[in-house]
Amino acid sequence: MTPNMRQVRIDKSFHSLFFLSALVSTFAVATIAIFIFIEGLPALQSVGVGNFVTGSSWNPPGYFGILPMISGSLLSTAGAIAIGVPMGLLTAVFLAEIAPERVAHTLRTAIELLAGIPSVIYGFFGLVVIVPLIEQVFNIPAGNTTLAGIIVLAIMILPTVITLSETSLRAVPHTYREGSLALGASQIFTIFKVIIPAARSGILTGVILGIARAIGETMAIIMVMGNAPMIAGLLEPSRTLTANIALEMSYASGLHANALYATGIVLFIFIMLLNSALLYLNRKKVSK
Amino acid sequence: MKKTILSTLGAIGIAATLVGCGGAETQSSQSISISGSTSVTELMEVLGETFQGSHPDVVVEVQGTGSSAGIRAANDGTSQIGMSSRSVADGELSEGVKKITLAHDGIAVVVNNSNTVTNMTTDQISAIYKGEITNWNEVGGSDSPIVVVTRDPASGTRGAFEDIMSLKMKTEDGKKISAISASAQVAAGNGAVKTTVAQNNYAIGYISLGSVDNSLKALSVNGVEATPANISSGDYGVARPFELMFKSDDQSEASHAYLDWMLTDEAQQIVKEKGYISVI
Repeated sequence: MTPNMRQVRIDKSFHSLFFLSALVSTFAVATIAIFIFIEGLPALQSVGVGNFVTGSSWNPPGYFGILPMISGSLLSTAGAIAIGVPMGLLTAVFLAEIAPERVAHTLRTAIELLAGIPSVIYGFFGLVVIVPLIEQVFNIPAGNTTLAGIIVLAIMILPTVITLSETSLRAVPHTYREGSLALGASQIFTIFKVIIPAARSGILTGVILGIARAIGETMAIIMVMGNAPMIAGLLEPSRTLTANIALEMSYASGLHANALYATGIVLFIFIMLLNSALLYLNRKKVSK
Repeated sequence: MKKTILSTLGAIGIAATLVGCGGAETQSSQSISISGSTSVTELMEVLGETFQGSHPDVVVEVQGTGSSAGIRAANDGTSQIGMSSRSVADGELSEGVKKITLAHDGIAVVVNNSNTVTNMTTDQISAIYKGEITNWNEVGGSDSPIVVVTRDPASGTRGAFEDIMSLKMKTEDGKKISAISASAQVAAGNGAVKTTVAQNNYAIGYISLGSVDNSLKALSVNGVEATPANISSGDYGVARPFELMFKSDDQSEASHAYLDWMLTDEAQQIVKEKGYISVI
């Protein structure tokens, strides 16, 4: 066979390989969605979607209301974002714009290491360091609180936020900086008024992925948040949607198990809303 | 490239065939299928391995699926033997299903080492878990809040604890639910309860007696110390049996031999070594 024909064949086989990969990934998402919906629907039917989502009492097999878990997930995620995103963004600005390359390199390596630490280690750190600290600072009997979860989550989302923000800050063309500085703007003004807005879509991606990580985190949260199924308060124990599934799935049967899958459906919808938000925000930027 | 794909497909094919063979092989040898309580599983695995040592042709398959699932499996016959870490009422078993008690396990009510309380009544413990008593000075301790630590709702240890401490209530439509206060902290497993209580001066929790060590303190209940001797004699009431259920007519020879062996000295010695209370 001629070299040219060989080339065409290799090309074609690669095309099908790519197509196959894409197909498998999409298929995996679809299967997971179908699976949790089939398993969770009996609970939604028996309890009622309204009662399930707005019920404030979780006491299987009598009461299945996941409002406490929704409030726990939302409060802990919002708190983690409120602390983690500004901190991550400022770190990224420092690494991309201000720090000398040697310093930036060392710091970046350390931050990347942070991403590789298993979540159970974060949970353990939270349990032995943050929980007792909260007990002392706020003078409360038990430090296993939503606040402990927020602090652990804020640390856990840092690598995602920093890495993605830094990459997009570095991708801003040099002419933007030079133009701004040439007009007499200070470095800080240039960073906040020119570079960050220009890198917005990448930073937003980092933030949304950070939120997704915070909302999906399970192990560390179970260890530090106390897991009491009641409406979340900052200095009280609370349970997240993921913790609810992980804590009870091992023994649950019947309607109880279905209710845990239904918790998964709610979580799934949360993640889909997040991704839609990301698509919407990034599209808006492009059309400007 | 194509070669790579082909060889990958080939590998998958071979793997699938091998998996298929594995399944068939297990079925053809004498296997004993056991499922149920996760608390009993740990002990059962050790017993199974020891038994296989002297009976090389027997395979003991143990699965931890929870006490309720174990009772159901024994009734349906999906497993030859079901395990439960709480006492099983006769009404829960269908015709022809028998039960034996393999061992007893005490549940220790534990507090932090710094706590001055050493004894409580079942009524006091029950009131603490219901959220009616919230300060240690109401039960003879210092003036400090009580941090209640419990297990997840479907845990066998929690189920047994709720039964013994009268911590069950009924909903309007007759479903039995837990009466433990929703504000109690929920720990995922014996170990997590232990860590929380060992670290928190105000905490109270309950764990399997075998897990108690000097990082925390087990309380006497109604004036009786939590010791294996007091559990065997029945004086310490916060204990639960490990029960096995099986259809007596439908057991294989291997399964019969295994059930008989579990009540011998050799097996019961393992029960003791693992920190549980033997039945002979």
